[in-house]
Amino acid sequence: MIAFAAISVQLPLFLYSLSVFSVSSVSSVVNLPGLDSHAIAVENQRKELYHLMTSANAMTQVPDAAGRFGAFGGRYVPETLVRALDELGSEYDKACQDAAFQSELASLLKHYVGRPSPLYHAKRLSNECGGAQIWLKREDLNHTGSHKINNTLGQGLLTLRMGKQRVIAETGAGQHGVATATACAHFGLECVVYMGEEDIRRQAPNVFSMKLLGAEVRPVSSGSRTLRDAINEAMRDWMASVETTHYILGSVVGPHPFPRIVRDFQSVIGRETIQQSREQLGRLPDTIVACVGGGSNAAGMFYPFIEHANVALVGVEAGGRSAKPGDHAAPLSHGRPGVLHGSYSYVMQDDDGQTCDVHSMSAGLDYPGVGPEHSYWKDTGRVTYTNCLDKEALAAFDALAKSEGILAALESSHAVAKAMDLARSKPNEHAIVVCLSGRGDKDAAEIARLRSQHAE
Amino acid sequence: MSKIDQLFSNLRREKRKALMPFVTAGDPDLAFTADVLRELVGRGCHLCEVGIPYSDPIADGPVIQASYTRALAHKIKLADILETLGGVAPKMEAPLVTMVSYAIVYRHGLEKYADEVQQRGLAGLIVPDLPVEESAQLAAICRRSDVSLIQLVTPTTPRERAVRIAETSTGFLYYVSVAGITGERTQLPPELVDNVGWLRTQTDLPICIGFGISKPEHVKLLAPVADGLIVGSAIVRRIAAAADEPREKVLRDVGDYVAELLAAMTNDE
Repeated sequence: MIAFAAISVQLPLFLYSLSVFSVSSVSSVVNLPGLDSHAIAVENQRKELYHLMTSANAMTQVPDAAGRFGAFGGRYVPETLVRALDELGSEYDKACQDAAFQSELASLLKHYVGRPSPLYHAKRLSNECGGAQIWLKREDLNHTGSHKINNTLGQGLLTLRMGKQRVIAETGAGQHGVATATACAHFGLECVVYMGEEDIRRQAPNVFSMKLLGAEVRPVSSGSRTLRDAINEAMRDWMASVETTHYILGSVVGPHPFPRIVRDFQSVIGRETIQQSREQLGRLPDTIVACVGGGSNAAGMFYPFIEHANVALVGVEAGGRSAKPGDHAAPLSHGRPGVLHGSYSYVMQDDDGQTCDVHSMSAGLDYPGVGPEHSYWKDTGRVTYTNCLDKEALAAFDALAKSEGILAALESSHAVAKAMDLARSKPNEHAIVVCLSGRGDKDAAEIARLRSQHAE
Repeated sequence: MSKIDQLFSNLRREKRKALMPFVTAGDPDLAFTADVLRELVGRGCHLCEVGIPYSDPIADGPVIQASYTRALAHKIKLADILETLGGVAPKMEAPLVTMVSYAIVYRHGLEKYADEVQQRGLAGLIVPDLPVEESAQLAAICRRSDVSLIQLVTPTTPRERAVRIAETSTGFLYYVSVAGITGERTQLPPELVDNVGWLRTQTDLPICIGFGISKPEHVKLLAPVADGLIVGSAIVRRIAAAADEPREKVLRDVGDYVAELLAAMTNDE
């Protein structure tokens, strides 16, 4: 009970101020003349958030003080890291209560990232499917081309607050690496990004970008040479550098308090979607679809919708080549609860607790674990998790490119594919919002390579 | 009184310190691991830590990581490791403890793991990714089976927290010499001796120092302030040579190496 009380004090102020798309605080916006429609929108948002913060819905009151989302989460890390995690948690709590921190972040999100990102009605894609309306939440239009920047700016500000000068990060698709390198360039912080060699190969454009932004990219050659190994290596760096370095973890995974912090920074996606749906649809959507690797775009999109029980939430994992072990990266679909990278969550492990090799053509989803809050949402039944094959995601990539002129990231294409499936079985009044978490420029070369492989 | 308690009570009475080597199970195979353990104990080591290979060891440096990768490449199974250790442990004077990730203990089942450790004649376990907040359940199970659950204190541990960890640890307290991962180091932190000295005033539990220790000078410096010293990567690195050198030679090298450290330990007293 104590934990609940503490969180319900911390979280709302933070959510409240981040919800404001303007640089100014809520009260100053309301007092400005000539901004009536904006003021009304802000007021609606304020009511929405007030409802969220005072809601008796226990599902939004997680994690508890120990970082537990139901049974999931926690902190399974070496003792060396515990103090830094405690400090990060308490600095974040203070930041949640600090209006200056929040207005600085809100200002960056508006003027630097370009938020709010549009909610776009993909009419031609909808017509092709013949059924429900498909809307796209355009996180691909953010500065750096994905949702990842929402989190890295927030954690960048936390880094400054903690007086640390060096940042490390892991990256899979390179989107988080680019977003971290960008935030570090903006804040004047030293930046080292760990990236698996396999991912360096398949996401080369992002590797160049990170270097151009002044970051050092350290190739990781251990294990499967993908995201999981990049996290291991970043953790090892942090073990030795923890006094002077902040680890900007890019997803809702890892030890407490990362899953909470990343979810909160990404929740701007869902909050904007609620407001934009009310403005553009006149109501909330019927279904939300997002791809899930570690699960940060999905967590940020879903979290504000959790208490709106009549909005269906669908998470899409990487189904890879098939449902056979080693052919996919879908722990919520095919795995079981276990411990990986500091938290208890669904994971792909063998009977000895060794992490299994997984596969996805999409580097950002090629991960054997998933954020603990997703495990919680799965077990409570609030979110439905499904998965999508590589080839289905590629077909959706094509469909979206040709019908709408949008190149989606391979990760996001998984969500697009499921939304298209779903749209076919629903009436025209049914509104589906897809979180289009990133843009696909980075994937062009890899898609060409996959095509030529298939052709052979 | 557990096997580890007995060991340290004897050593303290004799005013001696423990040398505790670490080896990776199954590197390059379990038969050799058994040979190495017998060699180490035959040379006078007091307790052996056996690392259970894990796919994602975030506290380990390149040497131990590589040993885990070699062992796992041969599809080594936990059941086989425990069986081998069960064959060695009862005939050995020195207690054996497993160093094991919580991912493995959890998957195996907490009670089942602790029971097997006890039934195989092993003395305890070290779970390097299980901080004190998350350890209550496993600690209770270990207490019931008279298996030691050795906890770690590091240079980044606040002092009041170190006291709390010492209260929950059984067998001994593992003091990690440096903030960082496992691996040999030329220099150890200058404040190490003082930090262990302070911890000494807070608990009667034996304190053993690990991480970075590889040289006779380290042993001479640290043996006076601790109850035992743990040496890992320096041994695992020597064992790695078994891939392309005759095994008898590797065994002899490892044995000679610990003999050198043991000599540094006794010369000091």
